[in-house]
Amino acid sequence: MTLASVPPPAMAEGRQANGSPLETSSPREASSRDLPVVCEGGQRQAFCGLAGIVWLHRKLQDTFFLVVGSRTCAHMLQSAAGVMIFAAPRFATAILEERDLAGLADANAELDRVVTRLLERRPDIATLFLVGTCPSEVIKLDLHKAAERLNQAFQAQAQADATQPNQPIPPQGLPGTTGVSPAGRPRVLAYSGSGLETTFTQGEDTCLEALVPDLPAPPAGESSLLVVGTLADVVEDQFSRLFAELGIGPVRFFPPRSARALPPVGPGTRLLLAQPFLGRAARALEARGAELLTAPFPIGIEGTRGWFASAAQAWGLAADRVEAVLAKPAARAGQALARYREQLAGKRIAFFPDSQLEALIARFLQQECDMEILVAGVPYFDRRLMAGEIDLLSRALPGHPAGSFGVVEGGDVDRQLDTVRAARPDLTVCGLGLANPLEAEGLTTKWSIELVFSPIQGFEQAADLAELFARPLTRRARLRF
Amino acid sequence: MELAVWTYEGPTHMGALRVATAMRGVHCLLHAPQGDSYADLLFTMIERRPGRPPVSYTSFQQRDLGRSTADLIKEAARATYERFRPEVLLIGESCTAELLQDQAGSLVRGLGLPVPVLPLDLPSWSRKETWGAGETFHRLARALLKPRAPVPGAPRPARAPGQPPRANLLGPIALGFRCRDDVTAVSRLLAAIGVEVHVVAPLGARPTDLLRLPEADFNICLYPEIAESTCAWLERTFRQPWVRAVPIGIGATRDFLAEVARLANEPGVTAAATRLADSATAGASEIGFATGAAAYAPRLPWYSQSVDATYLTGKRVFIFGDATHALAAARIVDRELGMRVVGLGTYLREQARPVREAARQYGLEALITADYLEVEACIAASHPELVLGTQMERHVAKRLGIPCAVISGPAHVQDFPARHAPQMGFEGADVIFDTWIGPLMMGLEEHLLTMFRGDFEFGAEPAITAESLPATAAVSQAPASPERVPDTTAGFAPAVPPKAADEVVNDPIWDPLAENELKKIPFFVRGKARRNTECFARERGIATITVETLYDAKAHFGR
Repeated sequence: MTLASVPPPAMAEGRQANGSPLETSSPREASSRDLPVVCEGGQRQAFCGLAGIVWLHRKLQDTFFLVVGSRTCAHMLQSAAGVMIFAAPRFATAILEERDLAGLADANAELDRVVTRLLERRPDIATLFLVGTCPSEVIKLDLHKAAERLNQAFQAQAQADATQPNQPIPPQGLPGTTGVSPAGRPRVLAYSGSGLETTFTQGEDTCLEALVPDLPAPPAGESSLLVVGTLADVVEDQFSRLFAELGIGPVRFFPPRSARALPPVGPGTRLLLAQPFLGRAARALEARGAELLTAPFPIGIEGTRGWFASAAQAWGLAADRVEAVLAKPAARAGQALARYREQLAGKRIAFFPDSQLEALIARFLQQECDMEILVAGVPYFDRRLMAGEIDLLSRALPGHPAGSFGVVEGGDVDRQLDTVRAARPDLTVCGLGLANPLEAEGLTTKWSIELVFSPIQGFEQAADLAELFARPLTRRARLRF
Repeated sequence: MELAVWTYEGPTHMGALRVATAMRGVHCLLHAPQGDSYADLLFTMIERRPGRPPVSYTSFQQRDLGRSTADLIKEAARATYERFRPEVLLIGESCTAELLQDQAGSLVRGLGLPVPVLPLDLPSWSRKETWGAGETFHRLARALLKPRAPVPGAPRPARAPGQPPRANLLGPIALGFRCRDDVTAVSRLLAAIGVEVHVVAPLGARPTDLLRLPEADFNICLYPEIAESTCAWLERTFRQPWVRAVPIGIGATRDFLAEVARLANEPGVTAAATRLADSATAGASEIGFATGAAAYAPRLPWYSQSVDATYLTGKRVFIFGDATHALAAARIVDRELGMRVVGLGTYLREQARPVREAARQYGLEALITADYLEVEACIAASHPELVLGTQMERHVAKRLGIPCAVISGPAHVQDFPARHAPQMGFEGADVIFDTWIGPLMMGLEEHLLTMFRGDFEFGAEPAITAESLPATAAVSQAPASPERVPDTTAGFAPAVPPKAADEVVNDPIWDPLAENELKKIPFFVRGKARRNTECFARERGIATITVETLYDAKAHFGR
């Protein structure tokens, strides 16, 4: 029996839960194809979107993230980022104080002062993100306006500088980019990482959305592929090679490694999402004329195969040619995966909602590692983005009943704990706050945050992904006291 | 608006959670947006607590703000009570919730739950974590005990005959620096002199234990940041005196024993306390070598007297942390290890006064700041040979190539060692000796290095040295206000003011022979020798530093 077949109590008594905290489109209990998704409300145990800064600042190497929020935001960020904070981080918090709350005019003046001080200290910054938070939203401090104001001020300053001789020559932006403001002064953008609007990985969505208006237009008539979502550099390079072999190109990645080299977007651009939490960014790119390809996500061999196949189809490539290119890496991945499958097969796993990757990883663990999925909790379920996944998710496999695991959206952490305690899965995937308490109860856990920070996408990483789940099982088996 | 790259303290509600988590039977409902639940991981990951902290969140989101959040709070409070059945329910609000002015406390009180409901109303926009912890403990004690307060002026009932003196240990909380082990060490110390520990709180206490606080003869304020206001209130309300000496270090532990004996007012206790205090500084012959002794005899005094420790004399030490640990460290460094305090500060503004007073004793201006970049600049400017600080100063010291030991929170996973490692009592003094002296080069080793400095084996230098950093730190630094910079010019080793870029042109030039001579000086003092010589030359308008200038400067600065 799977847990999803038991209607959770929240169906009756839970707080009204909609789809994504950002969207109120998906009706409750509606199901696509054979995939059951239930909605729950209640106490959440997940990071807010500010956590995205932890990986975004590593990817976008010439940007700085200035969170405008409370001491809680600063404390959250350093707790989530852990020791990384000590290595001259490219993020900081402008902590609002009592007098900032009293008058917004003063808050704006204060913000300008803080930004000026920051830029004096970090003249190397090309793009400065003002990151909105719960308190900045509640006091209605408009960071988009603040960004505009700062950009205008920089522009005026640049013009003033240009009239004076002996000014240092500003660093040149890369050809074809528009993201750098005049005279090398940083471009200022704003987005929200507030917990009122975003959950954990959605911070990347709102950040990328803010960058979209700055993307240049492509050369007329160019047909290109834009891969959207942060990937490890090593994964990007693997993907680039496969696209080149397939004859798909030009291929660009968003976010790019440098905010000075933003990829172009326009009517000839096809979008392939690499992450399942980029609904707003995708919409913004579509508004620029790009076309969103329906594809599964490149998790596991089948997901990756389907992901490339979608792009190949859009490029009108013959299926046998695609197979000829993908067969070798897929076979190699299958070989690498085999020994973990042996270890994971038949093991029961449950996911707490956290990173938004849960449904994809559950699909991989079920279909390629033969694990039994008790429940896959997701913070929210975006049907539009999941359209390409649903085919895979609800695919009937020999020995597996179709749609054999339940996807639960949202949920109350105490009730989820009850469920997990009753079912006692072999492995529970959860956030850092829950892992040790569950281990202390004898349940083996896997931290979900590692799934966000590790390269797990693509053929070559399929076995690495499986290994992340095998390791806690191996560890528990090894320990003897 | 404060620009924070890293903060020493979290918000006030974090302090409340540290008190609630330390206790049993207390649960906190925190009115907070989704995301604020990150607080849980500090307890489960840093302190490795095997249980979840006793906190539930209302997790409100954008869509909840459109309607009234009142229903959400009430629903969460009912569900929390039903699930956890706490003996006391604390109602907290995070920064964002405070802005909404939902009156969460009154709403929950209005529900008529069958347990005491205590709204915390901590001002999260003006105060911080440590204050929040102290205030939560104080309010909890006051709320529970106020109905039991005697009429003002009523005499304290006398201790029953035959009843040993009893003391409460107040102040240890969750995520506190070595609180767990300090409680054990102080309890053993008290047991050795015949004083009973009545209640330990907040750590491990239930609300019903707090009701028993007035039964003790006196209170022991282990961590003034957390327990001072509660101790003062208990004194006012129940005429319960309290011990102010914090037993960190040999001298402080001796003071502590004397103060405990005075308040215990029992001849047997006084005699035992005197005996124990004296044994700590008894002749070296038996110290540390007696086995099976009833009480712990510290080794610090003898180790510090042993000739091997001579090399510690006058070593420059920079101290920064919470007030309790920073003050104790200064006393130990100065009197018990014979080193020299060249910087003293705290990130706790509320405790600035005692730290300022102590700093004055050492001829310093205290550094009171929560900006770690300012602390970094001060460390660099005072050229210490040892840094005693928080985990942040450990990282700063690592960058500067200076040895460092951690003496204070904010908590880091390394501050919860598997072994018993208290800071308090005579046991704690020995832990401190090992922890602080460990990072330094040992005396004999340092001596040999000087003797054999020409040997290629000793040629290796750390990649980043203190020498290479001050200038860069100064450039990246907004100028610190002058009154906050510790006075390091008072002694014989002058601090060089951070160099501004345009001053560089005035720097004296090194003659190649002098440069060569400088290289013969061991690397760990070479930076200081270079700076001192340059300073000496600059003051005298010497444009080129020769071998003569080098030795003139050496004679001038001594050492």
